[in-house]
Amino acid sequence: MTVLRAQALGKKYGSHWALKDCDLDIPAGHVVGLVGPNGAGKTTLMNLAVGQLRPTAGDITVLGNKPGSGPAQLARVGYVAQDTPTYAGLSIADHLRLGARLNPGWDDALARNRLEQLGLGLDRKAGKLSGGQRAQLALTLGIAKRPELLVLDEPVAALDPLARREFLQGLMEAAAEQELSVLLSSHLVSDLERVCDYLIVLVDSRVRVAGEVEELLATHHRLTGPRRDRLPADQQVVSASHTERQSNFIIRTEGPIHDPAWTVTKLSLEDLVLAYMDESTGTRLRPLEVQR
Amino acid sequence: MIEFHLDERSGLSPYLQLVRQVRQALRLGLLREGDQLPTVKEVVARLAINPNTVLKAYRELEHEGLVAARPGVGTFVTATLADASLAAHGPLRQELRRWLAKARLAGLDEESIEALFMTTFRSAAEEDIA
Repeated sequence: MTVLRAQALGKKYGSHWALKDCDLDIPAGHVVGLVGPNGAGKTTLMNLAVGQLRPTAGDITVLGNKPGSGPAQLARVGYVAQDTPTYAGLSIADHLRLGARLNPGWDDALARNRLEQLGLGLDRKAGKLSGGQRAQLALTLGIAKRPELLVLDEPVAALDPLARREFLQGLMEAAAEQELSVLLSSHLVSDLERVCDYLIVLVDSRVRVAGEVEELLATHHRLTGPRRDRLPADQQVVSASHTERQSNFIIRTEGPIHDPAWTVTKLSLEDLVLAYMDESTGTRLRPLEVQR
Repeated sequence: MIEFHLDERSGLSPYLQLVRQVRQALRLGLLREGDQLPTVKEVVARLAINPNTVLKAYRELEHEGLVAARPGVGTFVTATLADASLAAHGPLRQELRRWLAKARLAGLDEESIEALFMTTFRSAAEEDIA
């Protein structure tokens, strides 16, 4: 089962492509991290996935259907927009009533249990909650809808470290309990490192790399050694830097690295993401001496 | 019941850290046959990690014959690692100490000793695999 498939997907605002040539094929059951700098196109991709935007080019299907194609599709996908919006003037109980009215699959018991565990009284106004509590309320509403896919746009960006941790704990608990697929974005990979098992790196409106975290970590290596301008054809260069005598590559390869001249080290997920972010500026500045 | 923790600076993947913590607890006798491991939900709610990470760790432990999953109930310890090898630790440690003393006499500082140990350890491990 595929949770999200995009083919040559693009979205244009005026003359600017916010997302371009996006190809994705994400299996269900993953917690998918969408990482990239601010303005890279993360929110655009998420809005396309939940049906709030229509593509300018290409196709997108979510859980096998066109996003926003009808009430049944809307019920299967939950969306927590940026800054975890709630209605400041409404009480938590009002939010639950709204949730029950708007969502056919609403699980009121789940919502109430969760809020009780968090110590959030139903009569409190959303406007009086702390940022962390408001985020937890928005998450509760998203989970109680009982979606098959929950999409969250930068849910922890505005939270302090403790609230961030508590939010991700709640999200992972829900993912474990409900067999939920999750797509969440962040401009910081460190926020997502422990929670996601599938990663998409988006830079300058384009997908730089996407795949299962474990596979990405197993196929990317840092090579350090004597100056070298060419690498074997099966080693895709992600980034390269040279001094007069030394070369430093980050490469992607399925095969083993036989050349004994290299010191091969593993990459952390953060290094891997940074290498791809760097690539977008690096390729233009770097002389084309490295064979791809 | 054991409580898991994660060290971000260890360089080990979270899944491997969980596996090692169970093995370690078994070796030290902190976990015994019949003990229950925390449920997947409990672990992810505590550590804020991906549920698949915990599932993978538990599957690996199951594959090693150390634990068994009882559907709908939980995962239980089925073996122990606190065996005869504990007795060998003392003499091995003594030998290692003598080796360390020799290394220092030869002029190696701590970093050099660690580097020498780790490269030898790794190349020996690789030879074993090959």
